Amino acid sequence: MRKLALSDEILLTIEKPARYIGNEVNAAMKDKNAVDVSFVMCFPDVYEIGMSHLGIQILYDMFNRREDVYCDRVYSPWIDLDRIMRKEHIPLFAVESQAPVKSFDFLGITIQYEMCYTNILQILDLSKIPLLAKDRTEDDPIVIGGGPCTYNPEPIADFFDLFYMGEGETQYYPLIDLYKEHKKSGGSRIEFLEKAAELPGMYVPSFYETEYNEDGTIKRFYKTNPHAKDTIVKELVVDMRDTYYPEKPVVPLIKATQDRVVLEIQRGCIRGCRFCQAGMIYRPVRERDVEFLKERARTMLANTGHEEISLSSLSSSDYSCLEELVTFLIEEFQDQRINISLPSLRIDAFSLDVMGKVQDIRKSSLTFAPEAGSQRLRDVINKGLTEEVILEGAAMAFQGGWNRVKLYFMLGLPTETEADMRGIAELSDKIARRYYEIPKDQRNGRVQIVASSSFFVPKPFTPFQWAPMCTKEEFLNRARVVNHACREQLNHKSIKYNWHEADVTVLEGVLARGDRRVAPVIMKAYEKGCLYDAWSETFHNDLWMEAFDECNVSIAFYNNRERDVNEILPWDFIDTGVTKAFLKREWKNAQEGKVTPNCRQRCSGCGVMRFEGGICVENKN
Amino acid sequence: MKIRIKFKKFGSMKFLGHLDVMRFFQKALRRAQLDICYTGGFSPHPVMSFASPLGVGLTSDGEYLDIEVNSCGSSAEMVERLNEVMVEGVEIVSFRILPNKMKSAMSQVAAADYRLTFRPGYEPGDWHLWEEKWREFASLPSLVVVKKTKKKEQEADLRPLIHSLSLDSAGISMRVAAGSVNNLKPEFLMETFYHMAGWEWNPFTFQIHRQDLYMENNGVFVSMEEAGQEIDRPLAGEAMG
Repeated sequence: MRKLALSDEILLTIEKPARYIGNEVNAAMKDKNAVDVSFVMCFPDVYEIGMSHLGIQILYDMFNRREDVYCDRVYSPWIDLDRIMRKEHIPLFAVESQAPVKSFDFLGITIQYEMCYTNILQILDLSKIPLLAKDRTEDDPIVIGGGPCTYNPEPIADFFDLFYMGEGETQYYPLIDLYKEHKKSGGSRIEFLEKAAELPGMYVPSFYETEYNEDGTIKRFYKTNPHAKDTIVKELVVDMRDTYYPEKPVVPLIKATQDRVVLEIQRGCIRGCRFCQAGMIYRPVRERDVEFLKERARTMLANTGHEEISLSSLSSSDYSCLEELVTFLIEEFQDQRINISLPSLRIDAFSLDVMGKVQDIRKSSLTFAPEAGSQRLRDVINKGLTEEVILEGAAMAFQGGWNRVKLYFMLGLPTETEADMRGIAELSDKIARRYYEIPKDQRNGRVQIVASSSFFVPKPFTPFQWAPMCTKEEFLNRARVVNHACREQLNHKSIKYNWHEADVTVLEGVLARGDRRVAPVIMKAYEKGCLYDAWSETFHNDLWMEAFDECNVSIAFYNNRERDVNEILPWDFIDTGVTKAFLKREWKNAQEGKVTPNCRQRCSGCGVMRFEGGICVENKN
Repeated sequence: MKIRIKFKKFGSMKFLGHLDVMRFFQKALRRAQLDICYTGGFSPHPVMSFASPLGVGLTSDGEYLDIEVNSCGSSAEMVERLNEVMVEGVEIVSFRILPNKMKSAMSQVAAADYRLTFRPGYEPGDWHLWEEKWREFASLPSLVVVKKTKKKEQEADLRPLIHSLSLDSAGISMRVAAGSVNNLKPEFLMETFYHMAGWEWNPFTFQIHRQDLYMENNGVFVSMEEAGQEIDRPLAGEAMG
C-alpha cells in the first residue's frame, strides 16, 4: 500500500483530508521510477476547483497513454495545511505517488486566471523549488506554464523556465521526446531549454530582455539567445476529429465543483465580442464530431458513474449539431436517471423545450448575458444580442412557466455613459413589464430579476487591449448609478442588483496587462502573506497595495491610461493568429459603434485563416 | 429486491467522510451497471441506506449498505463486478438478498466490535500502570459521565452500553452498543478512561478498527451480514419471503 506523505495526525486535523490522498477512481497510479519522464500537473487552486478543470483531464490522459511517461497531479494546499507544511518543513507532494514535487522531471502549471499568481509561488515555495527560474539548478524540475493567462506571461515570466503557448495536445509529446533524449545524453538544464525553445509554441522567458522608454513604455523586446524565436506562434489542434479526449476521466473522491461528465463540443467562438479574450485566442472555432461526442458520452458515463453530463464550449448555441446532440442525450440517458445539465443557451423555442424536459422549471432560472445595458453599447462591444431578442425570449419563457431571470452585465466598458449604465436598470424593468403583461391567472407569482455586473478588465489580444480601465472609485460610482436607477423603476421590487468587488478587479487589470516589472510586486505580496487571492475570504487588498508601494510600481500606468496603438505591448511577441491589424480595426469599429458580423455570417479577415482549420475552411467549401 | 452489501474500508480511504462514501457508492453502483432502483424527482438517486456512518480516521472490516435492485446476478458475480470498480481501500465482501420486509440497516444495528491499537509513538510509558488502571476501569460497575449536548448537560451511565472489553498485549477489543438508540463511540470510552486515570487524552492515541456490526436476534448478537442470503443464480423481479 502507498505510504501517505502526511501523518494521520495532520490528515485528521485539517479540513477535507481526502484532498491530499489521491487514490481517485481512474487515476493512473503508475510507478514513477519505472518511467523515463515524470510530469506533475498542477492547478494552483484548491483540489475541488483543480479537479474540475477539463484541460488537465485531457492532458493527464494524453500523457499517461504513453508507457514511458507518468503524469501525476498536485493542487494548492488549503491555508490550514499550508501553515502546517511550513511549520514542519514538509515538502509539497503529488497526490497519487505522494512523491515530492521536486522529484519530478517537469512541473506543469495551468494558469487559468490572474488571481492565482500568488498560489503559483506557494506551489514552488512549498515544493522547495526556487521562486525565480534563474536560481534553479539541475536538481529542480523544469517549470512549465500553460493556459489562457500565458497569452501575457510577462508578469510571471521570472517564475517559469518555459511557457507553452496554445493548446497542449500538439507539442507535449515532442517536448517529452526531447527531454527523454536530453536525459539520456546527460545535458544541462540550459541546453534542454535551448532545444525546447526551438519547438513550436515554446517560450523560454530567460532568453529575452526588455528595454523601456523614459515614460515607462517598452522600447524594445529582444532575444538574447540564438535558439530563441522572434515570435511565438500559438499551437492549436487543427483537426478536432482526430485528437485526444479522455474515456476514463479521473473521478474525485470528494465533491468537485464540476462533479459530472463534461463534453467539450467545440473550441473557439464565432461571435467576436470585443471584450472577450477567449473569443479571440481560441480562434478559429472548431467543432467536434457529433458521433464522436455521442460515443464519448456513453463511455465516459459508464467509466465514471457520474449522474450528470454537461456540455462545454464558449457558446453552445452556435454548435451546428446542438439539437441532435441534446436530443440524443435526453433520449439515451434520461431513463438512466442521468441529469442533463445545459450550459447557458440562447433562449429560443428549442432551448426552452429542452430546458423544460431536463430541469424543474419552478427551480430554474433563465440566463441572459446582454453584457451592456443599451443597444449602443452592445454594438460597441459587438455583442449581437438585441433588446428585442431578449424580450421575446423572456416572454416565451414566461409563457412556459418560468419566473426567474438572471442578467449578466459589465460596467466600465469603453465609451460607457450614464445612459448606458441606467440601461441596465431599464432593461431589467422592461423584462419585468413583459412578465406582468401575462394575465394574472396564467402567471406564476411574482417575477424575480437578478441583474449582476462585473467590472470590465481589458485583456491582451482583444480589440480593447488598448482601452483605459476605470479606477476603483469610478467603478463603484457606476455601480451606484445602476443601483439608484434600479430603485427608480416601476418594478423595482422585482429587481435585485449585485455588483462585483472592485479591489480585486483593479488587481486583475494590472496582472492581465502588466510587464516584467510587475513580478517583484507579486513576489512581495506573496511574501507578505497573500495567497488564494481569488477567494474573497483570503484576499488582502491592503497587503497588495503595500507591495505596489514598496516596489514603486504604479497601478495607474498599467490600468488607467489609454495605450497608443503604436505602443509596443508586453505580449506583442506572441502570435495568436489574429493579427494586430484586425484588432486595431476592431478597436476603431468599437469606437464608431460599428458591428462586425460573426464568422458564420461573413469572414472578417482576422488572420486565423492561415491555420487552415475549423470554420475558416468550412466556409470555403 | 433488497440487497445488503458488506464492505471493508481501509488504507487511505479511512480519510473519506461518510457523505463522500455515499457519493462514492452512488457512482460505483453505476460503474458496475447494477440494475438499481431510484428515487423519483428531478435529481433521482439510488435507494441506499448505510448501517452506521464510520468516523473519519477509522478503518473497518464490517460496513453495510442496503440497496434495492430490479434484477441482479449471483452473489459471487456481483461481488466480483463491484470489486472491479472499487479503488484500493474499499473491498466488497458480500452481496446478499434480504427478506422484503426487512427493516433498514440503520434501524437494525445494535452493537459493534472494535479493535483499538496504539498508534506508534502513543504507547503508554509504563505498561504495568496502564494495565492496572485499565483493569480497575473495566471492572467498575457503573460509568456515569456527563454528556454535553447543544442544549443541556445530561448524566449517562456508559456501563450498560459496554457488552465486552478485553485487553491483550497489542491492544483492546470491545463490543459496544451501536445504532440510533444507544451508541457508544470507542474514542469516547477511551477518553473517559484517560480522564478518570488522570491522564491527558490525545485523540490520536489509538487507531480504531471496526470489526463488524451486529443486530439483535432474541437477545443474541448476530452479524448484520446474516440477515441476508447468498444468491446462487441470477434473479429478476423476484422477492424473498
